[in-house]
Amino acid sequence: MSENGVKINLVSKSMLDEMSLQEKIQFILTEVKQDVILVLEEGLEPDEEAKLIESTMFEIDPESFVGIEMESQREMEADSIIGKLFQRTPYGSRASMTVVGPADKLRTVYKDGNSIEAMVLEKQTAEANGAAA
Amino acid sequence: MAIGQKLKQNAPGEIFSWISQVFGKEQAKIGIYGPPNAGKTTLANRIVRDWAGDVMGAASEVPHETRRARRKANIQMSQDGKGLTLDIVDTPGIATKIDFNDFVEEHEMEENDAKDRAKEATEGVVEAIRWLDDVDGIILVMDATTDPFNQVNVTILGNLEARRLPVVIAANKIDLPESSPATLKNAFPQHPVVPISAISGYNIDQLYETMVENFS
Ligand SMILES: Nc1nc2c(ncn2[C@@H]2O[C@H](COP(=O)(O)OP(=O)(O)OP(=O)(O)O)[C@@H](O)[C@H]2O)c(=O)[nH]1
Ligand SMILES: [Mg+2]
Repeated sequence: MSENGVKINLVSKSMLDEMSLQEKIQFILTEVKQDVILVLEEGLEPDEEAKLIESTMFEIDPESFVGIEMESQREMEADSIIGKLFQRTPYGSRASMTVVGPADKLRTVYKDGNSIEAMVLEKQTAEANGAAA
Repeated sequence: MAIGQKLKQNAPGEIFSWISQVFGKEQAKIGIYGPPNAGKTTLANRIVRDWAGDVMGAASEVPHETRRARRKANIQMSQDGKGLTLDIVDTPGIATKIDFNDFVEEHEMEENDAKDRAKEATEGVVEAIRWLDDVDGIILVMDATTDPFNQVNVTILGNLEARRLPVVIAANKIDLPESSPATLKNAFPQHPVVPISAISGYNIDQLYETMVENFS
């Protein structure tokens, strides 16, 4: 990306629905490696998250890519007594929303079943060092 | 003859697992999973030492110390008259990012060593994820001084729930004053959470009991 700043793409459920697992992972990594933060309107399944982490490992490069920051939100089960008492989150299900971006530009914090807090980082000292070297 | 050959080729542990396979007594393969530095190898060493008088591998304060999965077969555990035979697999810590600069800046490592370690660490993460297809149950080790909802914990737990694999969560490092095992218990009410100190052995019997209950 030539301009300074970070691009944020909101990706619709219908677009994600049309992609195979491989296409989805490829799409996410291509975008993230170009410093784009993605908000997926339909979040990832646990096995998609694992596949994404696995594929990320092959793309990590000491000069250009340190990996991803990802946060998936799953709605707490409110329809059962157990759910109400203990706020049980069904981790085995598809996330209702996933935020994913470059690890050196994005910090995400899980808030609760309803929101994800995302912070875009200022230029990193590590990056500055890299540029100076 | 085939048997003679098999015996000669294999280390003792492998003979046992081969014999138990032949007689249809497959033992449960239990993976020790978690983020880097959570204390997986420290716990694996304790289990292996307590039940087999052996060690698993090196622990270190530098993350990504374990970069290849290691397996100890035929660990016989018994608790309150109930027994359990296990293969323990100590896996590399799973991470979504690996920056060699962290090793240089935080652990005073030479740049080339740091880059090698980072590269091996990425391979370790891939290996750990692939082992998920091959385990029968998991001890998920979490550092009780850190945020329980970090993405690695959530992704591992999600895959276990989706595959219906039994899990025991070890809330580790509760010897540290800043640890909060209660936070972990509240975070994952649907799973057994056992607060332990892998390093001091505190509450480790409770963990063994919970393992026997959940993995038998
Ligand atoms: N205070 C305290 N420190 C612990 C405990 N368990 C492990 N540690 C320390 O935490 C650090 C990491 O321990 P390891 O066992 O190497 O962690 P790991 O999860 O195997 O790490 P990787 O192999 O790098 O993924 C080491 O310095 C250990 O001594 C514990 O119960 N309490
Ligand atoms: Mg280790």
